[in-house]
Amino acid sequence: MKYKVVIGLEVHCELETKSKNFSPALNTFSNIPNENVATVDLGLPGILPVVNEEAVRRALLTAMALNCTNPDEVMFDRKNYFYPDLPKGYQITQVTKPMGRNGYLDVLVNGKLKRVYIHQLHLEEDTASLEHRNTYSLIDYNRSGIPLMEIVTEPCMESADEAVRFLEELRDVFIFLGVSEARSNKGQMRCDVNISLMEEGSDKLGTKVEMKNINAFNSVREAIEYEIKRQSELLDKGEKIVQETRRIAEDGKTYAMREKVDAVDYKYFVEPNIPPVPLSDEYLKSLKDSLPELKLERYNKYIEKYGLSEYDASVLSANKETSDYFEEVLSYGSDVELSVNFVTTSILSTVKKLEVDIKDLFITPKMLSGVIDLVHKGDMSLDHGKKLLYKAIEEETDPVEIVKRENLHQINDEGELLTLISGLMDENPEQVRQYVEDDNKAIINFFIGQTMKKSNRQANPNKSLEIIKQELEKRKNNA
Amino acid sequence: MYRGKNITELRDLIDNQGVSPEEIFKSVVEDCNKYQDEYNSFVTIIDKFKMKARKDTLITGIPYALKDNFSTANILTTSSSNILKDYIPVYDATVYKKLKNAGGVLVGKTVLDELAMGGTGTTGHTGVVKNPWDKTRMIGGSSAGSASSVALGLVPFAIGSDTGDSIRKPASLGGVVGFKPTYGRISRYGLFAFASSLDHVGCLTRNVKDAAIVTDIIKGQDEADMTSLKDDLKNYVDTLENDIKGRKLFYIKEVCDKELYKDSNDEVLMKVLDDFYKTLDKLREEGFIIEEVSIDKNLLEAIYPSYMSISCAEATSNNANLTGIQFGPRPEGVDSYQELMMKARTEGFSELIKRRFILGSFILQKENQEKLFLNACRVRRLIVDKINDLFKTYDGMILPASGGIAPKFSDDSEKLSDRYLILENHLAIGNFGGFPSITLPFTMVNDMPVGINLTGRVCEDDVVLNMANYIEKVTGLKDIYSKVGEE
Repeated sequence: MKYKVVIGLEVHCELETKSKNFSPALNTFSNIPNENVATVDLGLPGILPVVNEEAVRRALLTAMALNCTNPDEVMFDRKNYFYPDLPKGYQITQVTKPMGRNGYLDVLVNGKLKRVYIHQLHLEEDTASLEHRNTYSLIDYNRSGIPLMEIVTEPCMESADEAVRFLEELRDVFIFLGVSEARSNKGQMRCDVNISLMEEGSDKLGTKVEMKNINAFNSVREAIEYEIKRQSELLDKGEKIVQETRRIAEDGKTYAMREKVDAVDYKYFVEPNIPPVPLSDEYLKSLKDSLPELKLERYNKYIEKYGLSEYDASVLSANKETSDYFEEVLSYGSDVELSVNFVTTSILSTVKKLEVDIKDLFITPKMLSGVIDLVHKGDMSLDHGKKLLYKAIEEETDPVEIVKRENLHQINDEGELLTLISGLMDENPEQVRQYVEDDNKAIINFFIGQTMKKSNRQANPNKSLEIIKQELEKRKNNA
Repeated sequence: MYRGKNITELRDLIDNQGVSPEEIFKSVVEDCNKYQDEYNSFVTIIDKFKMKARKDTLITGIPYALKDNFSTANILTTSSSNILKDYIPVYDATVYKKLKNAGGVLVGKTVLDELAMGGTGTTGHTGVVKNPWDKTRMIGGSSAGSASSVALGLVPFAIGSDTGDSIRKPASLGGVVGFKPTYGRISRYGLFAFASSLDHVGCLTRNVKDAAIVTDIIKGQDEADMTSLKDDLKNYVDTLENDIKGRKLFYIKEVCDKELYKDSNDEVLMKVLDDFYKTLDKLREEGFIIEEVSIDKNLLEAIYPSYMSISCAEATSNNANLTGIQFGPRPEGVDSYQELMMKARTEGFSELIKRRFILGSFILQKENQEKLFLNACRVRRLIVDKINDLFKTYDGMILPASGGIAPKFSDDSEKLSDRYLILENHLAIGNFGGFPSITLPFTMVNDMPVGINLTGRVCEDDVVLNMANYIEKVTGLKDIYSKVGEE
């Protein structure tokens, strides 16, 4: 039997802000438990929430980037339930008026465009984290109250590929917007997967299975693929799928956690401690104007505006840091073609080799643009420019400073080159003879090598080549 | 030695008679202890004099009491509940901080109805609070100890909280002034939440001027409370004597028309109403214009059930932090977190509280929300709209704060009968709309005080206090207190 897979995702993403969503405690990752904790995060009697404006701004911005409709006012609701990681006994979240509704994100899946529909995006607070020991559990409130954005898709994806590609693109949106680092290894981005199978051609949705809190995208893929297999086999055997929550284990299989008998009633009601704040058209417009270019826009710009190849455009827009680096190099007026060349080869290979972030690389876009200028003006060969770059990284010195210090400018003066080259020919009469008498053309390369060696690689190679050819011919004719 | 002295009198002793705040403190604490067994005003009586004035104010060196649901760092704060019986907060409520900075001297934390839910003063975990005018009677609640400590003349002022009438009802039964200003005028940060949309901070004093003095100190915008209002930059004491000629007040026929109660055989009530109308006449002589208005009885009868719905719903959620996990008694011998929370809450709350939580939880359930919670919110809106509409014509609403004197502990709760449904519950209007509202004694019936209530427009706290100051002049019941036990 053939089945159609229906997947919906609920993605949680921690926002990067100075303080927490409703408290003055710092919002930073810490390995020391209970370091970033204020009275509000502990749910002590008498505390009141104060909304973090920056968190609101970032959530609204993300909603805009995901083509959502924004609400007319910002307000919050309470979700009530008891759990040891929820100190107030309720979570402040958004139900009545989420930050965004009815959006979408276009995703390239195996070369084809897939539009993933966003049901809603809302802002809420994270819970504390629990560490279970044999006979007791520990609570770390560092995470309690960290601003959390939840994005709920429509059940519109049909494969693990689509789901994973969506997650990758969504993460890029977060990063390009600068609203979150979205690192799944720090739990900053995690997702719940809802999956059901329906018979091909049927319009009856199958029974939904939920898998909660998956961090790595790889695990999402494994979980979906495993579930498709498991559910297909059950359906083939004529068995029923149980509506339940499952967890993914390290072996890539999923295991039943609990059956979902009745959906929990969270008794939502409007948070009375946060008065609603209307969103003015001016504010929304200023937000819209501040939307940075996202990945796809940059990719298109590189091709259309700068004439890059699709390959180069995709390499340079692959992540925000590379793209920002590249654009900063261009912002100094650097030659586009050379900038592409330098960034895609020397810079990216160095980043890979040194295993550093491009923004932590010693060579800043400003320094690189200095080198590019030298090459562009013909003061230095491309090859020499790249070597200079590696030397600069090694010595942690501005390449332009090295050029000044070691007087490394390219020798372009033809008189100077001629003196050097004819001197070399006088020193190597046997090689000159081989060219003149045996017509050995390889001798040209010999003299190029010698010229470069003698000039400390400063000789302009093209000009040197011309002069070497001329000089050898002259000697041939004079012989 | 300093019993019954108001803020101005104590101020004079300190400033001009060479009496030190510490001397006053010691004497007051001695009195507090002396009356504690009999009246049970306090959960905690402070034994060490502490004054940390950042500036000289009208209350510098003046002793006061604080309801035990305000967070005070390093001082036990129980909310009169077993679940918090050993809870020592780590931070100060904004109100407490302001009083401290102004040089107020805390002498005790007062008993309330458990978690501020209740109106009798009988449900605190440390026992019943008695009425200083007659200890066989209740003082009312929930700010029971705050009212009784002021009514006994122990302190010139006490801080309370008011969600339905929790300052103004015990003020009425205890013969003191109880004032809650506009919602948001005073920060709620550090007040243990009962029902956040209805909770107000306020004060109990023995005269209107003292209420103005205290409110001037504790009001103001607080960045820790998003619902707090922008500072009004007014000094309420300054405008107490403003002319009130031509100020228009209304009373509601459906609350206090004598015809409604003529076959009740309730002599006390008839006397209260007679005196109420006599007081209105005297106020008219002073220049007030007072008229009767009529409001749909069905709407007024919906006040109490709506109040119960909204307050129980919010209370269920607000008190969901009391699980024994972060703080509070941690039950032994449990196998799961569910068992732990359940046991902590089962042992920590009285039956009355559990009933309210179950009610609140029921009201918020998906299938009941529309009918029980959202309809209550709609009723609230209708009532507030109606009152605001009347406030277009009138400067204030004047009504008897209660239909009788303080009930005896042995009374069966006849006051819950339909006849008194509106009369005993109209004070919640002040909480529904966040209106400034004050109760002050206006008559004595059978040697027991009864209060009159005045409620005004939002943000016109100064006008309400100004008008109340004139009512006080007319009643002549200024600075009264129970002199029980005085030689």
